[in-house]
Amino acid sequence: MSAGTGAIRHRGLRFEEPLIFEQGAEGKTGVDLPDVPKIKDRLGGLARKTPIGLPGLSEPQIVRHFTRLSQKNYAIDTGLYPLGSCTMKHNPRLNEKLARLPGFGDIHPLQPESTVQGALALMERLSDWLKALTGMPAIALSPAAGAHGEWTGLMTIRSAHEAAGDARKRVLVPDSAHGTNPASAAMCGYEVAAVPLNARGRVDLGALKAALDDDVAAFMLTNPNTCGLFEDEILDQAEAVHEAGAYFYCDGANFNAIVGRVRPGDLGIDCMHLNLHKTFSTPHGGGGPGSGPIALCEALVPFAPVPYVAEGPDGLRLVESDASGTAFGRVKGFHGQMGMFVRALAYILSHGIDGLRQASSDAVLNANYVSAGLADLMSLPYEGPCMHEVLFDDAFLKDTGVTTLDLAKAMIDEGYHPATIYFPLVVHGALLLEPTETESKESLDHLIATLRRIVERALAGKPDEFHAAPVDAPRRRFDETAAARRPVLRWRPPAAEDRAAE
Amino acid sequence: MAELRYSEEHEWVRVEGDIAVIGISDYAQDQLGDVVFVELPEPGRAVAKGEEAAVVESVKAASEVYAPVSGEVVEVNEPLADDPGLVNREPTAGGWFMKVRMADPGEVEALLDEAAYDSFVSGL
Amino acid sequence: MRYLPLTDADRRAMLASIGAPSVDSLFRDVPEAARDPDFDLPRHAGEIEVERELGALAARNVAAGSVPFFLGAGAYRHHVPASVDALIQRGEFLTSYTPYQPEISQGTLQALFEFQTQVALIAGLDVANASMYDGATSCLEAVNMALRVTRRAGVVLSGALHPQYRDVTKTGLRYLSAELDCLPPDFDGTESLVDRIDAGTACVVVQYPDFFGRVRDLAPLSEACRDAGALLIVAVTEVVALGALRSPGEMGADIVAAEGKSIGNPLTFGGPYVGLFACRERHVRQMPGRLAGEALDADGKRGWVLTLATREQHIRREKSTSNICTNSGLCALAFTIHMSLLGEEGFSRLARLNHAKAAMLADRLDSIPGAEVVNDSFFNEFTLRLDRPAAEVVDELAGRGVLAGVPVSRLLPGEPEAAPFLLVAATETTDEGDIAALEAALREALR
Repeated sequence: MSAGTGAIRHRGLRFEEPLIFEQGAEGKTGVDLPDVPKIKDRLGGLARKTPIGLPGLSEPQIVRHFTRLSQKNYAIDTGLYPLGSCTMKHNPRLNEKLARLPGFGDIHPLQPESTVQGALALMERLSDWLKALTGMPAIALSPAAGAHGEWTGLMTIRSAHEAAGDARKRVLVPDSAHGTNPASAAMCGYEVAAVPLNARGRVDLGALKAALDDDVAAFMLTNPNTCGLFEDEILDQAEAVHEAGAYFYCDGANFNAIVGRVRPGDLGIDCMHLNLHKTFSTPHGGGGPGSGPIALCEALVPFAPVPYVAEGPDGLRLVESDASGTAFGRVKGFHGQMGMFVRALAYILSHGIDGLRQASSDAVLNANYVSAGLADLMSLPYEGPCMHEVLFDDAFLKDTGVTTLDLAKAMIDEGYHPATIYFPLVVHGALLLEPTETESKESLDHLIATLRRIVERALAGKPDEFHAAPVDAPRRRFDETAAARRPVLRWRPPAAEDRAAE
Repeated sequence: MAELRYSEEHEWVRVEGDIAVIGISDYAQDQLGDVVFVELPEPGRAVAKGEEAAVVESVKAASEVYAPVSGEVVEVNEPLADDPGLVNREPTAGGWFMKVRMADPGEVEALLDEAAYDSFVSGL
Repeated sequence: MRYLPLTDADRRAMLASIGAPSVDSLFRDVPEAARDPDFDLPRHAGEIEVERELGALAARNVAAGSVPFFLGAGAYRHHVPASVDALIQRGEFLTSYTPYQPEISQGTLQALFEFQTQVALIAGLDVANASMYDGATSCLEAVNMALRVTRRAGVVLSGALHPQYRDVTKTGLRYLSAELDCLPPDFDGTESLVDRIDAGTACVVVQYPDFFGRVRDLAPLSEACRDAGALLIVAVTEVVALGALRSPGEMGADIVAAEGKSIGNPLTFGGPYVGLFACRERHVRQMPGRLAGEALDADGKRGWVLTLATREQHIRREKSTSNICTNSGLCALAFTIHMSLLGEEGFSRLARLNHAKAAMLADRLDSIPGAEVVNDSFFNEFTLRLDRPAAEVVDELAGRGVLAGVPVSRLLPGEPEAAPFLLVAATETTDEGDIAALEAALREALR
């Protein structure tokens, strides 16, 4: 399947790059290490006898390889990345610089506490900010990402119910929820029941009330929700949830729309995770790492996971095991994503409360501006102002032969990363655009003009052009069906492949 | 060939003696798109009507296949492992999923006939 | 504010286009009682102030590289070549999202495919995923996978498994139908896991090299697992060991759940790290996490896509193999770049160098009255038995500018037997001066 490296043809700045496994040569290396002192080996007779099969390349080859690969990626640094629900905003480089200070980057998680007081103080400062911004009294920092935070939050809730002798079986999740919500609930051993939306794109309050009973442990809500709308009946939802003895969980993936303006604690939320890689702009890094601290109400504090930072007689200390026996345990190795804590705090201090409020205000303004610029051409399933992202359905594409997917691929040829498509599942052919606050008006005007041109082309009836898109990207559309039917998940030496084929 | 009966979950059944041959409807395969994988039950497994018995996957979706009748799985369609596209090409013939020895052949009577299923689907 | 491009004039013009009187009016769906509370918080700050403030916090920590340093216990300090950090900071890697649009994400996808191949090779298994959060969560995911594959409930955890891996696994199974058999801490290396396997066993989890540093042949255990229809899960906290040791796959492991931090990633107080996850081809559809797979595009050109996504939460929701979404992408990239730089020769030499340094260190420390190396075998970390509580000694040495190792009692609180044991690790960064400093300080402390 792979062309030999000799057959590869580059085009201008577009390079074809083989796998490292197709470039290596025996004996080469990109790292000079000292000679190994002669010792008697203590490997228990288990020294490796056969080669692993790793290719050898020199440093310049490696640097070129990964530089070329990087050039095949679309990134925030390259252009507008309106991927709804993912918050692709500018990633400040100051944050990267600070995370690499030896005092943060080169400390071991199990050093004596006396040697890491600055790290513990940083964790405490970040927690203090997160408490103030959420209006909630406690933060557990250790979850590694949003989904991990959901699971940790639900484990905390389950521990609290069990401790009260009130084991409950079910978690309610709206139809519009991220897939992680039901998946996290299942990992806590809960059954998942869906709650429908009303005609205004919000949770149907009547249906929620009807679904609540004394077997419901929690209601998981994303607010602003995945349709980009604020749940305007949230206080009534909270009252109903609490009346049923359940906890109100909030998926904080969209906290960036309201940070500095609204405190979830004031809305009756009992537990919520914060995606530091979204709201506080620690970079996404092509899929992670993230960080998903959870905020907790007073009633849940005793059940929070270890570890956490506390005041001790000689300064700050880490509580790594639970003396009271109520904490449900540990969710991750060590103490959480410290590198992300540094970045998030640098982001928060740079913005300050005024900057955070301005950021959420601009995020919402930008989304409404894009909405207003496209509303006459595209179809909005729900009326009224949106929050940080605007949701379209595919009604405007009816009878054009062009699908939401086609439209997304056409955006690529125009120099954009596509919007989120086919999510949330509650509207047909969803297209969810999140411009974020770090786009200028000129940039938004260009996006609007481009999308208008694309849609007008679609309405003019040239579906074939759309089905072919993208044509200007490093690759065109892939045969994902063939890839899934016969998955090739790793490189194998050509000889081995031939043998397998025989 | 015996007539097909359908469930509202889009499974079909063809009765061959006390055996029910089970698959998914042409409408279901069309909705799913190109099938890339079918997870079949172990022969010998007892399934109850309405119970999840198999899973069918396309690139972007996975869907449970519920047993339209109760009984014991006696055979599964092995060629689907290598050629899941059979489900798309011949949904009601070569793309069958499993054969179940029925515990209560009367259950078939409760399923939709072809005309009833067609009108059910056109209402979706 | 330097990160916000809109001017007030822009905002006014935009509001006019929207037809809204103010930005506040766009927030009209927020209940009135919850609008704009008073925050008693500082205002924005420039780079100079933020650097000063966080720099001051950083200065209150003792950086590992500034002192003789011997800590391990699941996080090992290795040298990361300069080009690794330069490359992962390229904006196209740093500021991109999960590669859901393959046409414009080939860089990330190809790197993940290379990562998966490297991980599978060093684990000695067929396939690997695109990463988990860290070694401990990888271990839990491996156990969950074994429960699905075998449809059994029994989980046996070795007493020489890293206590945090044990704890995370315990947490994860707490409300699922699993029967956990956690063996007590195996201080003397005498536990028999084979005896714990029965017809209900889904998996046995063992660490290699184990928590106390010992290296054990896993072949007899893997045979016992195979005979009983259970899976053998091998946790690896120090992947550099796999450059010198037989791979877990070669000894019959079914799943390898490893911490990949040692390659390409800094210590950073415990995270972000990168969980490695490898298994046999026949179990791939039960695997958690993302997978990059080869595909052809409309022009017949080779490339990569995320594949087998129906296992994942965004499609399968409550029936997915895991809830994981965001993983450790950039840390996996750092791993891939560093491993590519090393290559076969570099990885093997790095491993032998680590072992040699540890062996030299062990001989020196073993000669100290009141200290004794417990291990008969080890890779780059071993256990010392001291004639004083290790935690006390570590604190005392920290006061004298030597970070001596990890007292086992820190990870096994409530185990009085753990008190005298100290885990000591050496890597390629350890030099003669470091060894001499530890030897002298320890001699002094044990006098």
